[in-house]
Order: sequence, then structure tokens, then C-alpha cells
Amino acid sequence: MSLTQADIDREIAERRAAAVPGDHPARDYAPYRSTLLRHPKQPPVAVTDPEAAELTGPVFGVTDVTALDNDLTRQHAGEPLGERITVRGRVTDRHGRPVRGQLVEIWQANASGRYPHQRDDHPAPLDPNFTGVGRCLTGDDGEYAFTTIKPGAYPWRNHVNAWRPAHIHFSLFGTAFAQRLVTQMYFPGDPLFPYDPILQSVTDDRARQRLVAAYEHGLSVPEWSLGYRWDIVLDGPAATWTEEGR
Amino acid sequence: MTPPAPASNRDRSAEGRGTGPTPSQTVGPFYGYALPFPGGGDLAPAGAPDAITVHGRVRDGAGDAVPDALLEFWQADPAGNLAGAPGSLRRDPVTGAVMGRNGVDFTGFGRVATDADGHWALRTLPPGNGHISVCVFARGLLHHLFTRVYLAHDPFLDTLPADRGRTLLAEREREGVYRFDIHLQGEKETVFLDFG
Repeated sequence: MSLTQADIDREIAERRAAAVPGDHPARDYAPYRSTLLRHPKQPPVAVTDPEAAELTGPVFGVTDVTALDNDLTRQHAGEPLGERITVRGRVTDRHGRPVRGQLVEIWQANASGRYPHQRDDHPAPLDPNFTGVGRCLTGDDGEYAFTTIKPGAYPWRNHVNAWRPAHIHFSLFGTAFAQRLVTQMYFPGDPLFPYDPILQSVTDDRARQRLVAAYEHGLSVPEWSLGYRWDIVLDGPAATWTEEGR
Repeated sequence: MTPPAPASNRDRSAEGRGTGPTPSQTVGPFYGYALPFPGGGDLAPAGAPDAITVHGRVRDGAGDAVPDALLEFWQADPAGNLAGAPGSLRRDPVTGAVMGRNGVDFTGFGRVATDADGHWALRTLPPGNGHISVCVFARGLLHHLFTRVYLAHDPFLDTLPADRGRTLLAEREREGVYRFDIHLQGEKETVFLDFG
């Protein structure tokens, strides 16, 4: 029997009712069916060693990015189709300290909701002028900025009539490998939010809101682009090494 | 009708979202153009006489290969130094293409996507502290997982729950080649680590 949106809605509601407080999704979140065979069943082992290697982390520098990498609209001969946007924000740690000089990577579908990936068979057009990949290093105040186009929603096969809300994938590094974060940024007011088990896997209402960017009119550029702000707070570890000049 | 002031817009959203960490979301299936890069698993400078290969498969709870996992590695240099160095994704400023590491600095960072058979391989220098840190991302994994590859027995493994320490010990296949499989779930489930 095929799985309907009503089935998934019921499961999402059950999981929300039973949720324990937490900022991150549980890995065993069945409404997102791909989790079933891919989540560990044993609890993770806590490491409290103050000299754990994971309290340090990889570093990146000027050789790792080029000046054009944060403008996804200028990577091809022509201009991509879609609504031009800028996304800006700050990356900070759990204590509000800026994460400086660290790598931010993004990827996204094009304006039609299609990824340039052989396994994306959504019958929406590819855009020869859009790959949908960008990167930059954070500035001294943890700030980052990307120019891109607003991605489209797209269907997937979690259940019948499953659609992902428009989103941009983000990958972030802190000063500690243990602060590593891969996540997704959503756009305010998207009507698909309640139906999406990936977004709804964050069962805490306030934490889930933190995945939604804010439209900020002051960030829009006249005659050019619409502006969104999305600030990112990296979690863990409880004990971070203080690194000067990083 | 007066349009709402932009500031009040921001304040309202700030109220509803609190101040905690940004939640994790799955890497999904379509990161291929963004995250993996040529030579991502080649940490050892070409011709390094002490280079080692660490390789294995990622498997799911049914024992099937996971063909769309992304593994990241972070490790000390052979002297045990954890400072790392920039240049893992060194780019050609003319074309923007990845040029590979400069062959001099040991960056300590690697990134490898599993192949269609769930296999990955890392060519690196032996870590001075005996282990390589691993971060696992995959479609179906809403929050990444940390584990460690130990190349030889380590007292840390004795602190792990009964018998599970061996899941973090790589098997030495031959001189300089180590095997390390990652089981996301099931009887052989790998020990995953939480740094709080």
C-alpha cells in the first residue's frame, strides 16, 4: 500500500507530541523513511577528554576559495533564470563568539527545483547557467554572503505527493571538528513546511524556526536582488579551546 | 495601512526562534557538485615513504552498501600536531578548479564520498596520536555521526562498552594498508562518539 501525506502527517504529529526537548533532529525519525536503516540503535558514547582531537579542527584560507565562489549567478557564460537573491548572516559559536575565517559551502536546486545530478529525475528543466554551488570564508565578525537565485520546491519519493520546501543546503566548520554542521536554510512563509518530514524532524518549534531565514528589506538591492538574513549558531562541544587569531 | 517597520519584523521572528544552536539537517542525496573534490582523500604528499591507505565500506542496517555517504577526516600529523593547514581545497584562481594540496603542507583534513559500492579510501600519513577522526554524512542521516579509526590498540578502546571497542580498530591488511568498515546500524554497529 502506498504511503500518503495523511500517513506522514499522522506520524509527524505523533512524534511532535512525544518529543523530548532538543535542538537537533532525532536520527531515528521514521516519517523520513530513509532514516530507517541508517540510524544507529546504540546511544553515542560521550567523550569528555579535554584534549580530544575533535576539539581542534581543519583550517581553510585564501587558497581554498576564489573571489567568484560566493556568487552563484556568475559561474557560467549566461545568467541563470530565477529570482536573484542575496543571503547574508553571521556564524557564531554557542557562546555568541564569531567564527572567523572558516569555510561555508552551499548547494541548491535551480529556480525550477532541479539539481544537476544524474539521479535527480524530476522533469523540470536544467539551467545551463546554474550549477547551484558556492563557498566563501567567514569574515572577522563571522559574516558570510552569497548571491544566488531562489531555489524551487521539488518532489521526492518519501511518500506519494511528497514535496520539499525550497531550501539551500549549508555546510559549516567551526574551530573544532566537533562543531561541524550540515543543515538547510528555508524561506519564510513557505506553505510546504507542515508537510515536510525533513524540516519537521526538528520537533522543537523554536529550534525549527531557526532554520527559516528572514526577509530583510534593508538587505534588498534596488533594481537588483531580494535580501535574506540567516544567522547560524554552531553547537558543541561543551568545552571549546580558545583560539586566538582564528 | 502603514507597512510594518523592518525592525519589528526581525524582533518578532527573533522571539519565536530563541537563541540556541542551528539544528542539523540531512546532507541529502544531491551534494555531489558541492562537497566532494578531486584528491579529497589524498592527504599524503605524493611519494611520501610513510604514507598509509585506510579504506572500507559504509553499510546500513540491512548490511547493504551505502552509496551516497560522505566521509570527512581530521587528524594529527605524524608528530601529533593538530594545527592543520589551509589548502585542502586549493583552487586555481584562473579557472576556479581544484588543484589539489600543495604537496608540502599537511592539511589534516580529507573528504571522500563513498562509491556505488559504498567504498571509500584515504591515503594519508600516520597520525601521531594513533587515530583519525571521522564525520559521517548521508541521505537518511538527519544529524552527522562522529567516530574514530584507531590504527593500533589504544586504552580508549577499553573504556567502551563490552566488546564494542573493536569496531573502532582498523584491521591491518598488509604493510601500510588498513581496513575500516562503518556500520550505521545492526549487530556490527560502529561506536559513534558524542562531544557534548
